Amino acid sequence: MNILEFTLLVAMGSFIAGLLGSLTGLGGGVVLVPLLTIFFKVDIRYAIGASLVSVIATSSGAAAYYVKQGFSNIRIGMFLEIATTLGALGGAFLAAFISTRALAITFGVMLLYSAYLSRKSRTPEQRNLPPDKLATSLRMNGNFPSEEGIRNYNVQHVPAGFGLMFGAGALSGLLGIGSGAVKVLAMDQAMKIPFKVSTTTSNFMIGVTAAASAGVYLNRGYIDPGLSMPVMLGVLAGSMLGVHVLMKAETKVLRLVFSLVLLLLGAQMIYQGIAGKI
Amino acid sequence: MAWMQNWTDRRIEEIVADLLRAGVTISALVVFVGACFYLARYGHAPADYRVFHGEPTDLRNLRGIVHSAKDLRSRGMIQLGLLFLIATPVARVAFSIWGFAAEHDRLYMIFTGIVLIILLYSLLGSGSAF
Repeated sequence: MNILEFTLLVAMGSFIAGLLGSLTGLGGGVVLVPLLTIFFKVDIRYAIGASLVSVIATSSGAAAYYVKQGFSNIRIGMFLEIATTLGALGGAFLAAFISTRALAITFGVMLLYSAYLSRKSRTPEQRNLPPDKLATSLRMNGNFPSEEGIRNYNVQHVPAGFGLMFGAGALSGLLGIGSGAVKVLAMDQAMKIPFKVSTTTSNFMIGVTAAASAGVYLNRGYIDPGLSMPVMLGVLAGSMLGVHVLMKAETKVLRLVFSLVLLLLGAQMIYQGIAGKI
Repeated sequence: MAWMQNWTDRRIEEIVADLLRAGVTISALVVFVGACFYLARYGHAPADYRVFHGEPTDLRNLRGIVHSAKDLRSRGMIQLGLLFLIATPVARVAFSIWGFAAEHDRLYMIFTGIVLIILLYSLLGSGSAF
């Protein structure tokens, strides 16, 4: 395969990953690395570098859109970014000392977990919680436009959320993904932040988290321009189309298909990691 | 007072959104131009990413990338676009410090400052460790 063909195929695959990722809300990054390593036989370190860059592109692009709608909470995002960026630095440094096989297996487990999370039904939101002392002094409580008008919310369990965010950052730096699923888990489940605010604030934070590890990857020579170019442009185009044009598409079937894809890719990554093919 | 804070918050959020969009657009354009040069020049060479070599030093740090791009080397141009992309969230964080300063919110200025230092360390300082 020559570079022209390779570039076009990778761009096409990335476009589809970006489109599905934004339509299902599961993010495209998580399928990129297995796509590149399993189908295009790319070394997993190059794949992780390219994926990180594309994560920054999609997150910044989508965040611009959501911020204007008034869902994301900049203060919550900013405070928790201390945890995610520290975690991301740690994850990126750790990646240098971990074998590619262990990376592949960790990645596979993460894929299986994402597939599980995407199928799990969400526990109903608790509303009208009393204000938490720490969250109040950090001025995290806020409001957002909902269908029933402006809704106020009180943030809970800040330390637990902070800890989970550190883990999310480490995973992001180690595997080159946005780890939006873990971020949403921290905000929505631990901190009891309304789902819509959680997902959009998570999206807002993903770019900053990824930038923290992308610097380390760049300095280490893991970010290859020839590979990152089609990945970034493809994912960006796909996710833009997903966010702006097809926002209201029926996603139930799509989510099912996508979680099956995650399941298969996860199993494949673990198998190849154990067999030493990666 | 509360509505004032809300108003400035909204205003900051809107500027942040424009900043993010501009950063992504600029970097995508630079990457695209670099890609055209790259494909025109190397399009027919075989593609091989099976074996990890790591990038040459001039594609690993700010100075090397700017030099390489100035010489109109296609890989350097793409890398410069990617650097713009990585810089976009960093610029966003830097801007937020200013936003919180406008609100006299010292606590969040400190939080944001910490995040900015971590990001700058990653981008500029982490290379010397290897």
